[in-house]
Amino acid sequence: MTLTATGSSTERQGQPGQPAAAAAARSERFQLQVRGLFKSFGEHEVLRGIDLEVERGKINVIIGGSGAGKSVMMKHLIGLIKLDRGQILVDGEDIVPMSDFELNGIRSKFGMLFQYAALFDSFTVEENVLFPLVEHRRRQLKRAEMREIVRDKLHSLGLFNVEKKYPAELSGGMRKRVGLARAIVLEPEILFYDEPTTGLDPIATKNVDEMIADISERLRITSVVISHDMASTFRIGHRVSMLYKGRIIVSGTPDEILRHPNPDLREFISVSKAVDLLPLSGEHGAP
Amino acid sequence: MADGALQVTVALVERVWAIPLRFVQVFGEVMLLLGRAILWGLRPPFRLGLVIQAMEFIGVGSLSIIVLVSIFVGGVFGLQSVESFRMFNADGYVGTAVSLTLTREISPVLTALMVTGRAGSAMATELGSMRITEQIDALSTMAVNPIQYLVVPRLIAATIMVPLLTMVFNIVGMFGAYIFAVIIKNVDPGLFVHNIRWYTDISDLAMGLIKASFFGLALSLIGCYQGYNASGGAKGVGTATMRAVVWSSVAVLSLDFGITDVLITLGL
Repeated sequence: MTLTATGSSTERQGQPGQPAAAAAARSERFQLQVRGLFKSFGEHEVLRGIDLEVERGKINVIIGGSGAGKSVMMKHLIGLIKLDRGQILVDGEDIVPMSDFELNGIRSKFGMLFQYAALFDSFTVEENVLFPLVEHRRRQLKRAEMREIVRDKLHSLGLFNVEKKYPAELSGGMRKRVGLARAIVLEPEILFYDEPTTGLDPIATKNVDEMIADISERLRITSVVISHDMASTFRIGHRVSMLYKGRIIVSGTPDEILRHPNPDLREFISVSKAVDLLPLSGEHGAP
Repeated sequence: MADGALQVTVALVERVWAIPLRFVQVFGEVMLLLGRAILWGLRPPFRLGLVIQAMEFIGVGSLSIIVLVSIFVGGVFGLQSVESFRMFNADGYVGTAVSLTLTREISPVLTALMVTGRAGSAMATELGSMRITEQIDALSTMAVNPIQYLVVPRLIAATIMVPLLTMVFNIVGMFGAYIFAVIIKNVDPGLFVHNIRWYTDISDLAMGLIKASFFGLALSLIGCYQGYNASGGAKGVGTATMRAVVWSSVAVLSLDFGITDVLITLGL
């Protein structure tokens, strides 16, 4: 994997005019590609030309400080917010000009674990996880079969005898696991995690990290994780990108990120004190 | 000095001008929500279960409060009419006055206001709470359109149930008027009933029920719009609920004027 820095990116390809075969090969490797994404809310420009590529079947972590625009960017990727300008390609298909109806079809490829799980509070755990199945598989599956799938998913995430409980009766970690069960019950191709370890103790954080790694490997899902938890990032990430002041300033493998000379990146990592920075490699020079 | 005064004046004009601009913007957004609800409502899957659930909440849930209010409104209206009509020795027409007023005006308006207070506010609170806890976003990510799932059933249910509740208001209100006018104030029961049948016809009922349908649509649309666009945590949900009640009430009363004018022009 090539280390990139936005502005002089060696990986940023797939621009208009490139050969179709190269574009196809690129979208084969990168399931999700974002090009020149801009978004303002009133006078406030939140995203200022995001260029990002999400590698198929890998855990792609996007790091950045609070208010950097990570969650806003993720909502764009799923089509929850309309962008001002730019392109978002899912499997090579631009979702930006799509209507609500078309977007709804594309979203069946997605699953998402929200920061606070976003479980339906008037539904039990079982009803929450059943919901996507009832909505999308009611013609193919009987109710009993759906319940069996739900039980399997919950058990695979270490949740036993919680089917009849309501979200308010669960701990934060359990709620996240139920949210994860709901996100994977339809076996999506791309799974988004919005700050999955926020508010969890170190043991629960480690458990969630292991779950993400396990699900990614077992189900061969492309994962996009938004995080500011450095320890988690370097524990699970195959590819790390940093969002800073509305732009992706660096992308690469965890090892490349640790050696990268960008001062904003190095400061962000060093103050977290969760991981040790590696010495700078010769090709990048001193910071 | 003159510059300062000019700046204050410009700022004042801008703030005053922002009020109608904001009104037009919100009105446009509400109409867009209605348009999207119609488009999504015509597409499968048709969630009949959710419509029935919403009808139960709006209709059955509001029944007791409608009965309670209508019996007193009918009663007090009968009581006041007897006192007034007796001055002209025309107390036999109390039933006519009550039935025409109830069916054409009072029942649909008061029913809509009661449903606004009970169900419209609940819609804004429920959707607002779902919005701020990202449950609405969660629906979207599961490829379930939130307008189709949350808004369409509520609009259909309110458009059907408010006229039905209005009919209940008419019947119970007339019963209340009968009790107070005939049993307590000794109006002749034969005249009371005969004059209702003679002067009140199906067009009077139709006018009230048509208006009630529009009121149901308007109050549910405004409740859903406010909840769907809520922001800013618990305070934002409270604000959305307050706005839903205020703007639904204003919409009911202003629509009442507009629709009555149109229906009278059409000969109802």
